[in-house]
Amino acid sequence: MLSFKGDVTSELLTSILQIMESKLDNMQEEPKVKRKVYNVLVECLQNLYHHMDEIDQNDKVAEKGRAAIFMIGRVDNQYNIITGNYVKSDNVNPLKGRIDTINSLSKEELKEYYKTVLNNGEMSQKGGGGLGFIDIARKSGEKLAYNFLPVDDRYSFFSLNIKIAQN
Amino acid sequence: MEKLSIEGTPKTPTINFDFGSGVLEIKGRSIPENSIEFYKPLVETLEKYSSKPQANTDVNIQLEYFNTSSSKCILDVFKKLEAIHKNGNKITINWYYEQDDEDMLEAGEDYQAIISVPFKMIQVEE
Repeated sequence: MLSFKGDVTSELLTSILQIMESKLDNMQEEPKVKRKVYNVLVECLQNLYHHMDEIDQNDKVAEKGRAAIFMIGRVDNQYNIITGNYVKSDNVNPLKGRIDTINSLSKEELKEYYKTVLNNGEMSQKGGGGLGFIDIARKSGEKLAYNFLPVDDRYSFFSLNIKIAQN
Repeated sequence: MEKLSIEGTPKTPTINFDFGSGVLEIKGRSIPENSIEFYKPLVETLEKYSSKPQANTDVNIQLEYFNTSSSKCILDVFKKLEAIHKNGNKITINWYYEQDDEDMLEAGEDYQAIISVPFKMIQVEE
């Protein structure tokens, strides 16, 4: 349905969200599914956006590191959203740990975890508060599939595959 | 009497807060990349309001979408309201959600579980 590769800016996010919203409308997607897809899109695109800043802009290796990929498609009554971005290798284990924790929780446990992080969690300066993945897992109702591919000794490529069922 | 009016955009909600009537309304979409910056004026206005609130304050929240960074800011807003409520002034939070939007209803219930202020869940037709 849509894909891009490149630098993630606020304007780009706005355009993608507008395009996807009208596509979902044109496909006459059920409001319930449409809202879920839209919500998850917002979270994963903003994850990419906030993450860009963590990569050092003056770093030569990181030049390509500023490029993120994003794809959304629908196969067999299921939406697939795939994002990919470079992360510092030091961040791989903490990130993996966070996602594994989320994947180990039941629906009810996720709800409790969300409330705990919402109420006690620190907020980063830009407002990302560690709730993104939890919210994506809650809204999609599926486990978060991910992969880390080592690029060199400092960077890895992190990809995330989110599924949202149509029914 | 003081007022706060912020016009909505595709990424940020309409906010109307009238000290005189004690009605605060947040309506639309709240998906900005930087929510802290967006909600700052409201949090500051609530700070001012809390020194001399109305006996009854009605808060109407009617959101179509909100991102997780907004969810923290909305909690901050509710915490300010909770403080006013604890000082003996009545606060009601009306949480509107569309008929089949279970996620939005659940989001309201999440806040209800955290904040000690009466919530009313109000279903609206699509």
